[in-house]
Amino acid sequence: MALSECSLEMLQRLGIKSVDELFRDVPKEIRIDGLKIADGLSELELKREMAAMMAINIAASDMPSFLGAGVYNHFIPSAVKAIASRSEFVTSYTPYQPEISQGMLQALFEYQSFMAELLAIDVVNSSMYDASNSLGEAILMSHRITGGKRFLLSRAISPEKKAVARTYAKGADIELDEVGYDPVSGQVDLGDLKAKLVPEVSGFYFETPNYFGPLETRAAEIRGILGTKTMVVGVNPMALALVRPPGEFGADIIIGDGQVFGVPMDFGGPMIGIFGCKTEHVRKMPGRLIGLTVDSEGKPAFCMTLQTREQNIRRSKATSNICTNEALLGVVVAAYLSVVGRSGLRRIASRNIENMDLLAKRISRVSGFVAPHFKSAHFNEFVVTSKADPAEIHSHLLSNGVHGGHILKHEFPELGNAALYATTEMHTKADHDKLIEALEGIR
Amino acid sequence: MTYRQATHDVPTVFESRERPLQDENFDGTVGGLLPEELVRKELDIPDLPERDVVKHFVNLSQMNFGVDNGIYPLGSCTMKYNPKVCDEVVSWPTVADIHPLQDQSTVQGALRLMYELERLLAEIGGVDAVTLQPAAGAQGEYTGIQIVRAFHESNGEERKEVVLPDTAHGTNPASAAMVGYDVLDLPSKDGCVDIEALKAAVSEDTAAFMLTNPNTLGIFEKDVREMAGIIHDAGALLYYDGANLNAIMGKTSPGKMDFDIVHFNLHKTFATPHGGGGPGSGPVGVKRPLEGFLPVPRILKRGEVYSLDYDCPKSIGKVRAFYGNYAVLVRAYAYIRMMGGNGLASASENAVLNSNYLKELLKGDFELPFSDLRKHEFVLSGRPLKAKGLRTMDFAKRLLDYGFHAPTVYFPLVVDEAIMIEPTETETKETLDDFAEACKAILKEDPEVLRTAPHNTARRRINEAKAARDMILSWREYKKKAANQTSA
Repeated sequence: MALSECSLEMLQRLGIKSVDELFRDVPKEIRIDGLKIADGLSELELKREMAAMMAINIAASDMPSFLGAGVYNHFIPSAVKAIASRSEFVTSYTPYQPEISQGMLQALFEYQSFMAELLAIDVVNSSMYDASNSLGEAILMSHRITGGKRFLLSRAISPEKKAVARTYAKGADIELDEVGYDPVSGQVDLGDLKAKLVPEVSGFYFETPNYFGPLETRAAEIRGILGTKTMVVGVNPMALALVRPPGEFGADIIIGDGQVFGVPMDFGGPMIGIFGCKTEHVRKMPGRLIGLTVDSEGKPAFCMTLQTREQNIRRSKATSNICTNEALLGVVVAAYLSVVGRSGLRRIASRNIENMDLLAKRISRVSGFVAPHFKSAHFNEFVVTSKADPAEIHSHLLSNGVHGGHILKHEFPELGNAALYATTEMHTKADHDKLIEALEGIR
Repeated sequence: MTYRQATHDVPTVFESRERPLQDENFDGTVGGLLPEELVRKELDIPDLPERDVVKHFVNLSQMNFGVDNGIYPLGSCTMKYNPKVCDEVVSWPTVADIHPLQDQSTVQGALRLMYELERLLAEIGGVDAVTLQPAAGAQGEYTGIQIVRAFHESNGEERKEVVLPDTAHGTNPASAAMVGYDVLDLPSKDGCVDIEALKAAVSEDTAAFMLTNPNTLGIFEKDVREMAGIIHDAGALLYYDGANLNAIMGKTSPGKMDFDIVHFNLHKTFATPHGGGGPGSGPVGVKRPLEGFLPVPRILKRGEVYSLDYDCPKSIGKVRAFYGNYAVLVRAYAYIRMMGGNGLASASENAVLNSNYLKELLKGDFELPFSDLRKHEFVLSGRPLKAKGLRTMDFAKRLLDYGFHAPTVYFPLVVDEAIMIEPTETETKETLDDFAEACKAILKEDPEVLRTAPHNTARRRINEAKAARDMILSWREYKKKAANQTSA
C-alpha cells in the first residue's frame, strides 16, 4: 500500500512501522498473498465495460413482454425516482438512533399505514425480503398461533413461492399439503379444502388474484371453513385499489409483494415482501415495526418498537432471524402511493383490468387460442391455452420481437398447452397489436 | 459544535386535507368486469399534488442521517461510503428493465455479471462455489445452516446442535433455530473462543460451529485453524459469518482458515448502500464437497453461453424467489471491478489502520477490555460514565449533537456498557481526529447535558417505552384509537 502522509502519522501514533504489522495477529499459515482479481478500473472504464456487457440484455422497453408471474412492469413516476434517490435515505442504516433518523422512520410508518389501509388489516411490518419469504414466515407464524405441524397451500400459487415455502417448512419440521383449484373457475376447491383440513393443520394459504389470475370470490366461505385455523391470504396490492381486501373477510395474515408500486423489475430483485396481521397476533409476527410515540418535549416522533420479538434481543427465541430488510423500497412504495394518490391508483388499477380484458378477448379470437382459460374475474394476468405447443409459440414470438407469457406446461401439466400472460398500463395498443399479429402468424 | 439537523414539522401524508371529493361517478366494477360482491367501497388514501409529495419526502430526508452526511461508525455494520457510479449503473434500462423469467438468450449480460460476481466472491472468500440468492446476511446464514442440515442428512445423520460464541451476532442463533437446531452458547475467554470450552462442548450431536473472524470485539481469533480441527474431527462443519470480512480481504480468507461455508454481506464489505435497513444481499460460498447443496438455480457457463440450471438433486431448494437481490449484486460487481484486487486489500488495510488509530485515541478516556491489535472494529466500555450517573446510551445520544452517528451500543453482550466502533476505510484521519475530539469533549460536559441529549437533532430523546405501550403501528390504528378515545 502506498502510504499517504496521514497514514504514516497514524502508524507512528500506533508505534508501528508498516501496515503489514497491523496483521501480525493473523498467523502465517493462514495468510494469503493478495487476491487474484484484476486491477481496478477507472469510473469511465467501468461504465464502458458494463454498458457493453449489459447491452446484450433485451429490456422491456425494447421488446413488448407479457411476463408477470410475480414481477410486473408498471410505470414509475419521475418523482418517485427522485425521492428514492435522496442519499439521506439511501445511505442510512437501520434507524437504531431514532432522534437522528426520523425521516426514514416516518416514511416507513407511512409505508406500514398505506399497506394497512390497502389490506384492511391492523398491523403491517416495515418489510420482508419478498412475497415468497413472507409466505415462508407466515407458515412459521401460523404454527406459532395455532400449534399445528401441518400447513395447507393452494395449488394455484407460483412454483417459486412453493419452493421457498418448502425450505422454510422443512426447517421447522412442518408438513405441507396442497389444496386444489376448481378446474372451471380456477379458484380454491372448497371441497378439497374441507377434505385436507385435518386437526393438525395450523392454517391455509391462498391468493387473490392467484397465480393464474382469477380473483377469489369465496373468501368469506373459506373463513367459515377454516374456523379457528389461520387464514393466510396473498394479494397483488395494486388490485386492492378496486377489490375488497382480505382484511374485510377476517384474514389473520396477509402477504404480497410491493414491487408493483414503483420498484423496477430488476431481474427479480430486490422486491419488497408485505407482511400484515391482526393486532392479536402482533407479538408472534416477524420483522421490524415502526411505532408512533413522542419525544421528551412531547412532539410526535417515530421509533422501532416491539423489538423484544427480534433476533438482536431474543436471539434463538426470536420470531424470525430477519435483520436487514427492504426498507428503502418501503420508502419507494410510500412515495409511489403518495404520488399517484387514491384517484391515480384506482385509474391505474382500472386500466390493468381493462387491458387484461381487451387482450384476452383479442387472443381468444385468434384461431387455436383460448383466453382466459378460467371463468372468473381477473386483475391483469390470465392463462392462455392453445392448440400449439407453448414452447413453439414462445420461439415464434421471440423471433418476431415479442416476449410471450410464462410457459405453465411443466409446472401445471394438468393445464395442457398453457401459458400465463400479464398486461399492465405499460402496454399500448401497438404492443397488443404486435402480439396478436405474431400469434396469427402461427401455423 | 455547530451541527444542527434540519427540523421540519411534517404531518403524515394521511393528515393532508387534500382529499378527493366523493367520486360518485367512479365505476367500481370497471364496466362490469368486477362482480359487485368484490367491489371495494372504502379506500382512505389522500390525493396530493406532486409538488406537496416531493416537499414532504425531501423534508423527511433532511431529518435522516446517512453516510453521505458524515461518519456512521456502527460496529459490525461496515458503513463505508457508497460510490455513486454503482447507483447510476443500476438505473440503466438494460440493467433494471429486465424480467426474471425472460428467455435466457435475452438476459445473457445479467447472467454473465452474476456468474462473474460468483467467481470474484469465491476468490475473496477462498471458497469454490457461490450462490447469490440470499437477500440479506441473515438469509445467508439461514441458507448456510440449511446446507449444514442437508449435508448431515445426506450422511444419514441427525445432529441436534449448533454451537456459537457468546459474542455472535443475534442473527446467528436465530438462523440456526429456524433450521431446527438447538443453540449452544459458548462463553468467551479473554475476548476469544475458549478452546477448552469448545472441545468440551463439541460432540457427535454438533452440526456446526458458527464464527466470525475477526470476532465482534474486533479481535482476530488466532486459533481458528485449531478450532476447525476440533469441529471437523467431530464430523461437524465450520460456518463463517461474513459481517466482519472487511478486515481481512487479501490478507487471509475464510476458506484459508478452513471454514466450510461463508456468507458475504454485500451491503457491508462491498459498499452497496444500506437504504435505511435494506435491501442488502447475502451470497453464500462453500467448499467443493458442499456445492451440490446450494440453492437452485445455479448459473452455468458453457463456452460463452450462460444458463440457469435447476437440475441439482441434492440442493436445499430455494430461499428466495428467482436469483437474489440482483440490483444489489450489480452494485457490488461494479464496486469490486472498480477497486480491483489490490484496491480491496488496501480497503482492508485502511479499515484496520483507521480502527486501531481511533482505538488509540480513545482508549485512555474509556475502558478498553482486552489488549493488543484490533481489526476493523473495537469495543470500548462506557463503564466510567456510571460514576456520573450516566450510561453508554447517554454518550451515544450526545454524539448525535456533534453531527456524528453513534456507534453500536450494548453489543456485544460480553462487554458491560459496550460501545462498538467501526470507522471503516473511507473516513480520513481528519474525520477520525474530529470524532475523537468530540468523544473527549462529551466526557467533560455537564452530565445533565448528556442525560437530556440529543439537543440538535430533529427530535429530542424519544420515548420508546410509550411506543411499545401504545402500539400505534399505522395511521389506520391511530384513527381507530382516536375514535375510541372520543367516544369514551
